[in-house]
Amino acid sequence: MIPLGHYLIVSAVLFAIGTAGVFLRRNLITILLSIEIMLNAVNLTFVAFARQSGNLDGQIVVFFVMTVAAAEAAVGLAIVIGLYRHRESLNPDAFASLKW
Amino acid sequence: MELRFLVQLGIIGFTFFMLINASALLVLAERKIMGFMQQRYGPYLVGPHGLLQPLADIIKLLMKEELRPKGADKWLFTLAPMLSITAAFAAFAAVPWGAETTFFGLLDDPVSLGVADINVGVLVIFAITSMGVYGIVLAGWSSNSKYSLFGGLRASAQMISYELSYATALSGVILLAGSLSLREVVDGQAGTWFGVIPRWHLFLQPVGFIIYMIAGVAETNRAPFDFPEAEQELVAGYNTEYSSVRFALFPQAEYINMTTMSAVATDLYLGGWHGPFLSPEYGWIWFLLKVGAILFAYIWVRWTVPRYRYDQLMQFGWKWLFPASVINLVATAALVLYFNA
Amino acid sequence: MPETLTFYALSGLAIGASALVIGQRNPMYSVLMLIASFGALAGLYIQLDAPFVAVAQIIIYAGAIMVLFLFVVMLLNAPQEDAAEWDRSHPLRPPVVARFGGMLALLLVVQLAWALLRAGGLGGPVAGLGDADVVSSVRELGRVLFTDYVFAFEATSILILVAMVGAVVLARREGD
Repeated sequence: MIPLGHYLIVSAVLFAIGTAGVFLRRNLITILLSIEIMLNAVNLTFVAFARQSGNLDGQIVVFFVMTVAAAEAAVGLAIVIGLYRHRESLNPDAFASLKW
Repeated sequence: MELRFLVQLGIIGFTFFMLINASALLVLAERKIMGFMQQRYGPYLVGPHGLLQPLADIIKLLMKEELRPKGADKWLFTLAPMLSITAAFAAFAAVPWGAETTFFGLLDDPVSLGVADINVGVLVIFAITSMGVYGIVLAGWSSNSKYSLFGGLRASAQMISYELSYATALSGVILLAGSLSLREVVDGQAGTWFGVIPRWHLFLQPVGFIIYMIAGVAETNRAPFDFPEAEQELVAGYNTEYSSVRFALFPQAEYINMTTMSAVATDLYLGGWHGPFLSPEYGWIWFLLKVGAILFAYIWVRWTVPRYRYDQLMQFGWKWLFPASVINLVATAALVLYFNA
Repeated sequence: MPETLTFYALSGLAIGASALVIGQRNPMYSVLMLIASFGALAGLYIQLDAPFVAVAQIIIYAGAIMVLFLFVVMLLNAPQEDAAEWDRSHPLRPPVVARFGGMLALLLVVQLAWALLRAGGLGGPVAGLGDADVVSSVRELGRVLFTDYVFAFEATSILILVAMVGAVVLARREGD
């Protein structure tokens, strides 16, 4: 049997990768993707705990995380498209000014 | 135990083999039916009545030169057709195509005809078919050609839009059957009302069936919704740059997707392998006949209805088909609640 | 034993693919790698007796959200991420500012490791107390979702509606 801890370690590694992506990458789309990685890492934890406790609440939370992720992706990508129209760039450093 | 395993392996191999055959036969059937609709013969030189034409086509495609445009993405260009064909084959794995049988007493326990019985089978099919879009989109992007890119963009928008109506129409049947397993859905349709009308979901969900079929045609990118390849506008859309085997995989995936779509429609709406005159042992004959009828309708529609305009397609999908499917679902839910309460 | 093997294969795939999402520069490949990672996670969910979550993961994440990402990458035709002055070799080699970000990420790793080490009861098998039939039942899931969590469910539907309107407004060209 696989211990619960192993799932948590996988989840922690995924979350750290996602965080590193947000901090280190300079492409808006990749940053959004890194956020998705973090959300998925959390989902894995929820499902693992749901399995261990024999309770469905964890799986339900995953659905809410998924819907929120969908909403976030839709709005986030719309903003990315809007920004790209203004500056022809996806580098977050290009949007440092407060007003243009 | 050993024998049972072998039989199940045989069923899987047989299903795979029949799918390949189906795609080859559909190419021939399409050209023959098109020919008769246009008052000509269609292919008839290779073999009797042109029956061996698919074989000739395959040999021709295998002998052709493999071309890859210089600017194409090396990996994705090869990956795209593979993804398409894998998704097409994998989706059929969850489709049951016959009643449980012992093969005339060969086995002690009956074995069910179909690759796998999954208790969330409907969703699995839906999930795998939704993966099929990646093949087309990646083909469009990796070719590095504007026609291909347009084809890919159109495919992703179209398939996402019509997937909604498709899934919503399908939920009506799930509500009626009360199960996500296709085998249980089919077995719920056994028998008749008043001794004449078969208890098919088609008669309870006529609107749902129509929506399912329209969305199904759009999902498989067939005319009148074949925008991803629209010859007159985009040369050949996403497969403009493809040749030889890599090209052959796309039409093959399309025909297998058609078969899957028809098989699922048969299981969900037309009672699967249940039908009069034949004992359940031979139910798969009914299944084949029903799938064949739907596939004929597919081809019939393709050579009868002209292609829409792209904005009309989106408008139709979002403003008519999707609301209709939602109303259908809500009405079904209300009626199920009323009659079961 | 095959269970352990699939677990390591799937989690290895998930981690490797996620690392490649942030480890190379082509956004197209990033999106595809993330889809692979989601597929591996769906496999892990199946192993955790959550088939419905696994299928939802494929349908919603891989089949819808990622298509949206792919669509945007294709639409913007954004090529490779343009490398900064200090970085012509690898996207993860940081300057001072990004080194700070890297430090924060590292700190998070240390904290997570510390938390995992301190937490008790993690050695027990994941299939411990729960009954597999209860956890994998779609019917039960639906019942809980539409009774205990019905308010949250309705709230999310409003959230989706707001997001939809917001996305349309944001992505619209001015003057349309």
